[in-house]
Amino acid sequence: MVLSLSKDNIQVLREQDVVLLRNRVKEVAVKIKMGLVNQTKLITAASELLRNMLRYGNGGTCLVEVVSRGRDNGVRLTFVDQGPGIPDIQQAMRDGFSTGRSLGLGLPGAKRLVNEFDIKSKVGEGTTVMILKWANG
Amino acid sequence: MPINISKLLEKQKKNILELWMKNQLADEGLREDLITNEELRSQSEELVNSLVANLTTSNSTDVDSESWNPVIEILGGIAITRARQGFSPRETGRFVYSLKEALLDILQGQIKDDAKALFDESQKISRIMDGLAIVTFETFIKGREEVILRQTDEIAEISTPVIRVWDGILALPIIGTLDSQRTQIVMENLLQEIVESGSSIAILDISGVPAVDSLVAQHLIKTVSATRLMGAECIISGIRPEIAQTVVHLGIDLSSIITKASLASALAYAFRSLRLEVKKQTIQPKIS
Amino acid sequence: MDKIPILRMGNFLLVTIQVDLYDRLALNLEADLVQMVNKTSAKGVLIDISAVSIVDSFMGRIIGNIASMSKILDAETVVVGMQPAVAITLIELGLPLKGVHTALDVEKGMALLKGMIGPDFEDTEEETQEDGPIAE
Repeated sequence: MVLSLSKDNIQVLREQDVVLLRNRVKEVAVKIKMGLVNQTKLITAASELLRNMLRYGNGGTCLVEVVSRGRDNGVRLTFVDQGPGIPDIQQAMRDGFSTGRSLGLGLPGAKRLVNEFDIKSKVGEGTTVMILKWANG
Repeated sequence: MPINISKLLEKQKKNILELWMKNQLADEGLREDLITNEELRSQSEELVNSLVANLTTSNSTDVDSESWNPVIEILGGIAITRARQGFSPRETGRFVYSLKEALLDILQGQIKDDAKALFDESQKISRIMDGLAIVTFETFIKGREEVILRQTDEIAEISTPVIRVWDGILALPIIGTLDSQRTQIVMENLLQEIVESGSSIAILDISGVPAVDSLVAQHLIKTVSATRLMGAECIISGIRPEIAQTVVHLGIDLSSIITKASLASALAYAFRSLRLEVKKQTIQPKIS
Repeated sequence: MDKIPILRMGNFLLVTIQVDLYDRLALNLEADLVQMVNKTSAKGVLIDISAVSIVDSFMGRIIGNIASMSKILDAETVVVGMQPAVAITLIELGLPLKGVHTALDVEKGMALLKGMIGPDFEDTEEETQEDGPIAE
């Protein structure tokens, strides 16, 4: 049972918003006493997903939540965009696959950095990515 | 005329405590080694006071309701301390149940002529004390779990010491199985120590790792790569012949890693790359 | 527009990244640095990232690019001072930055560069001169 303790919705439309969001994530991660390495992993994963959202989805929103399950606390981020969507999620989740000219590490890399990862996408409607990192996970 | 139970208990508070203490002290399971009689008495007194005070003010027999918070707090405190001190569940249980017995005994002694009142009040006390016993157990278990968690952390901490073997050379002997959580701790400790000591060579000794499968190998490779990113070199030593065999049989590629059979040869390699030399002193023969 | 200053120290260029990078800033750095390598015919590039707390795949790629581009222009690149948390994250991300030299701090990085470019180039200039942030 995962409970949400606090919610905060942030709009991401420009590149500068990325820095803002990173700081916000850092703030909540510090608040729940997440270790430095896990903080870095979470923020890096967020950074990857934000770039995807800006590049392919024309920006969107990010929901920052503090969640708890039993004695564990964690941070859950949900990225929502109304972009073109991903036709083949399996392919997009593979290392080294990219439709842009990047390394293709964004999605699979982000998944490796967090404890829970969920992606839903509909072509023409947009993409939603959820990541969750436990404070001591 | 209805009997005013709360007044009665208030008046009998001293007797309840005495009877309870007597029961506790008479119990064979009394742990004088863990708790002194004076401490036990003050604990018991605090609990009885709070319990009786609450029975007077509150009519609720539901210990989950808010009015019972003060009692639960005291009881919780006692249960947690007992869990840490190493009391057994039976001993902790006795502590609460012997209070119930004492309460019921006193009630029986006081309400002699009204069987219905005695029955009603006994039921009420029973219900309350049973509820409190459950709370005690929950808290006791939670206290135990905390002890276990702390020990797990401690073991993880102890089992990954980083040793400065020389100026600029670190060694990290790994004992036991390497899983991903352990790798994380090993990596963090090692990298942190590299930064703090400014060491440029780290030796990861796996003599104490019982088996190396592809997952463990992957963890090792990750650690080596992370060390390299920091600007230091990582050598893996202590590779036993059977580990070399499995590694090759499993088709694991360790060619990107510097491996040595023993810690001594890893150290020799480290000395060489730091351009250090260890020499045996030649003793000048005395000329008489 | 934000810019990251590039300092010239003899044969080497020194870049100290003090702020958290975002994409455009990193791209600018890549362009500026390659220009600077060409202009000064530097033999080595030292990038100090000890103050950087986040390196994601994009910035990792920029660092890799700088190293490859400098290599073509005959300069070696050393990345120094990476934070432990950043190193662990990069490995987990799947970005071991192969082809980039690393060192613990600026001093060790300098020594590494000097060792790499050989003694012929050492002390070709009597004084170490420093350029401020390059002006456009």
